[in-house]
Amino acid sequence: MSSGLIVENFTVNYGAVSAIQDISFDVAPGELVALIGANGAGKSTLLRALSGLVAPVQGSASWNGYSLNGKKPEDLVRQGIVHVCEGKSVIPELSVAENLALGGIWRRDKADVLAAREESLSIFPALASRLQQRADSLSGGERQMLAIGRALISRPKLLLLDEPSLGLAPLVIEEIFKVIDRLRRKLGLTVLLVEQNAVSALRIADRGLILNLGALLTSGTPDELMADPQLRTAYLGI
Amino acid sequence: MRSRRFSPRQSALLLFALGIALLAASRVVDELRTYQGAQVAVYVIAIASIVLLTGYSGQISLGHGAIMALGGYGAALSFTLWNFPFALAILFGTLVGSVGGFILGVAAARLSGPYLAGSTLALAVGLPTLADQFHILGGEQGLNFDIGDPPHWMQKLGGDNFTQYKWFFWITTSFALVVIWAITNLLHSSYGRNWKAGRNNAVAAGLAGINISQGKILAFTVSSGLASLSGALFGLLLGLVTPTAFPLSLSFAIVTGAVLAGVGSLTGSILGGVVLVAIPELSGALATHLGGSQKMTANLPGLLMSSLLIVVVLFMPHGVRIGKFGRQQQANK
Amino acid sequence: MFIDTLLIGISSGAIYSLMALSLVLVWRSTRIVNFAQSGQAVFSTYIGYEIAVRAHDYWISLPLAIIFGALLGSLVDLLFMRPLLRRVKDGPIAEIAPVIATLGLLGLLQSLLGLIWGNAFLQYASPLSAKGFTFGSHTVPFSPQNLFIVLASCAVLVIFGFIFKYTNLGLALRAASFQPEIAQLAGVRVSRVRNIGWAFAGATGALAGAVITPTATLSPNSLDLLFVSGFIAAVIGGLDSLVGAVVGGLVLGIGFSFILQYIAGSVTFLVGFIILMVVLLIRPRGIFGRDAGRHA
Repeated sequence: MSSGLIVENFTVNYGAVSAIQDISFDVAPGELVALIGANGAGKSTLLRALSGLVAPVQGSASWNGYSLNGKKPEDLVRQGIVHVCEGKSVIPELSVAENLALGGIWRRDKADVLAAREESLSIFPALASRLQQRADSLSGGERQMLAIGRALISRPKLLLLDEPSLGLAPLVIEEIFKVIDRLRRKLGLTVLLVEQNAVSALRIADRGLILNLGALLTSGTPDELMADPQLRTAYLGI
Repeated sequence: MRSRRFSPRQSALLLFALGIALLAASRVVDELRTYQGAQVAVYVIAIASIVLLTGYSGQISLGHGAIMALGGYGAALSFTLWNFPFALAILFGTLVGSVGGFILGVAAARLSGPYLAGSTLALAVGLPTLADQFHILGGEQGLNFDIGDPPHWMQKLGGDNFTQYKWFFWITTSFALVVIWAITNLLHSSYGRNWKAGRNNAVAAGLAGINISQGKILAFTVSSGLASLSGALFGLLLGLVTPTAFPLSLSFAIVTGAVLAGVGSLTGSILGGVVLVAIPELSGALATHLGGSQKMTANLPGLLMSSLLIVVVLFMPHGVRIGKFGRQQQANK
Repeated sequence: MFIDTLLIGISSGAIYSLMALSLVLVWRSTRIVNFAQSGQAVFSTYIGYEIAVRAHDYWISLPLAIIFGALLGSLVDLLFMRPLLRRVKDGPIAEIAPVIATLGLLGLLQSLLGLIWGNAFLQYASPLSAKGFTFGSHTVPFSPQNLFIVLASCAVLVIFGFIFKYTNLGLALRAASFQPEIAQLAGVRVSRVRNIGWAFAGATGALAGAVITPTATLSPNSLDLLFVSGFIAAVIGGLDSLVGAVVGGLVLGIGFSFILQYIAGSVTFLVGFIILMVVLLIRPRGIFGRDAGRHA
């Protein structure tokens, strides 16, 4: 049986426009792959198709042999595939505690939900003191921490992270990436990380994929990608 | 818009010809049909008011029955109290309704979908009750609006058997044709285009410097003018205006007619008007055919009308015109 | 006199609150104002009436009417609203289609009721007295049935308050109403949860119909005015807020009662319209409504 995330000949539309054309790649178990590309390259659309928010027009995807095609997001969460979407994926009207509770709402093992919640709060201590506040009172960085903290309570195996650095200050970005790196080592997570901030993402990634206008341009280890002068100027912005 | 490539003068001639044809037809059909023809004309104007408001300006009103009441009462009041000639009384009713519509439109322009629907619904229930409060409005008995027999010149023109119903038909049909002609031209003016722009994409229209809220207020005012004109004519057909002549169900009926017409089509409003008059007639016949218990006679029209409404919304949600707008919009994305 | 008027106001306000709550529950879960709500409620009330006629017991008919209301609400969502929302997604009609569709459903339900039971006024009697309580020589216009209405409304509030605040179902309902996509990504089965919202709304409307009808008569249109009041109350409260619905209902009930007592009965709805306009022009999203920016 094939293991990890396998994407084959994926084509996805955004509205009436084709956003992703015939993409194939895979992510091995435990690997952190950064998906890099300019605004409008189709990165978010790809993640939305992987988590079941939109259906691909063509192609297939599977996670450890489990086909993702035709599944709803709520089914995929139950398979350990958790998508933290772009722009602080929290519900602003709910309190911090309620946002966290949402992550375990479908799980039967309530003892483990409590344990996972404690772990999340120990990873993000800033949240612990603000449990009763509404999520919209949090700063951008704290909201991103809350979104990741909630995802962890779902006990993910494959984490789909969409632009965790979006709109955050440089120091906060560094902090968030450190946490992601630490988490995936500690929990053995498989991560597909979509980023525009190529340098920070490649620093913690095992491998990078570069997406251009909906098609896969190239892939390689961070060192290989960084060494290519053309890529450096055109896509990595260094 | 293919069918409307006529110049104002051409379309005026076309509608004039249609009018002559209809009036000629009224000479050969019986009295009941003539009266129903007049009803259709009244509904056509009322439906056109909704088409204008909803199809072209994106606002909704569940209270146009109340606006019709404004027109009816305005006309009847000026007719009985100040002895206005009936034509002037009808125009006065239209003016009253337009002023009311303007005031309402100022408020309506600030409200979005469900809030506007709710407010106008409350108006539909609330406004007719005013009649009980003021002695001058005649309370439950209402006001007389009996314009009597057709004038002599008309009887000469129309022949010996030019009855009152034919006279009603003549009046209402003329108004309906003029209204359709006037609105068609209005919608092709810059006002009409601005309304549609504001409805389809408020942000873009705002950036293009189109004052959406002014356009919405104007649309509401014109639409109310039409509704009150049809209300005045409605009173004329009944011979009087009463609070119960303008119930909530009237507001719903004209919205239904507009939807059946495909909420963006003026020519469709003629179809809508025919359907509103034909369904009670047809279901009456059907009920008699099926044995005609009292329950059935009373409820079959409603059953047919609402089933038709549901079928249209579920299976032809975009009507005839809206479908085109919908596709245009998607293509613009 | 003042107290009497206030008591009447509270009793009718409680009913308005129930109707407003049922509208808010649907609005929160599907962003639709359900104009068929009065039709669903009166249908459930007819079921209650039929059971009461056969079983000779109001107290059996009441819970069954409520259960029927919940089932009907759920069915309306499954068989009617879902296909509609799948077909009509955008374009200018998207905002209007649900209004039209639910109006059509209202007409359909009411004419079906007329076909089955006729349009005559029926009596759905409750064993509770409709005579006001007497204190010494003074009889207040507040009967045991009125008291029951107020208590039933309070019970509904407490139950919903508990569900929404303290249970996973309540959390899922709120999450699905605020941010359906994020809720889905967190594992909430949003369409199932929405359906539960419709069932709750149907049950609440059925309760309103079944407790108010013994004080009046039953006919296919007998709850139409209650719907209008409930709608005004819900909009005053902001359509989004359960607390707002209750406050809106009480404000309107007490307001109407004083107008009836001190001005004239027939203008109540006109005054309702004026109250509504004043509230909306000062706060276009209602008193407890959320700001426009977050409107789904």
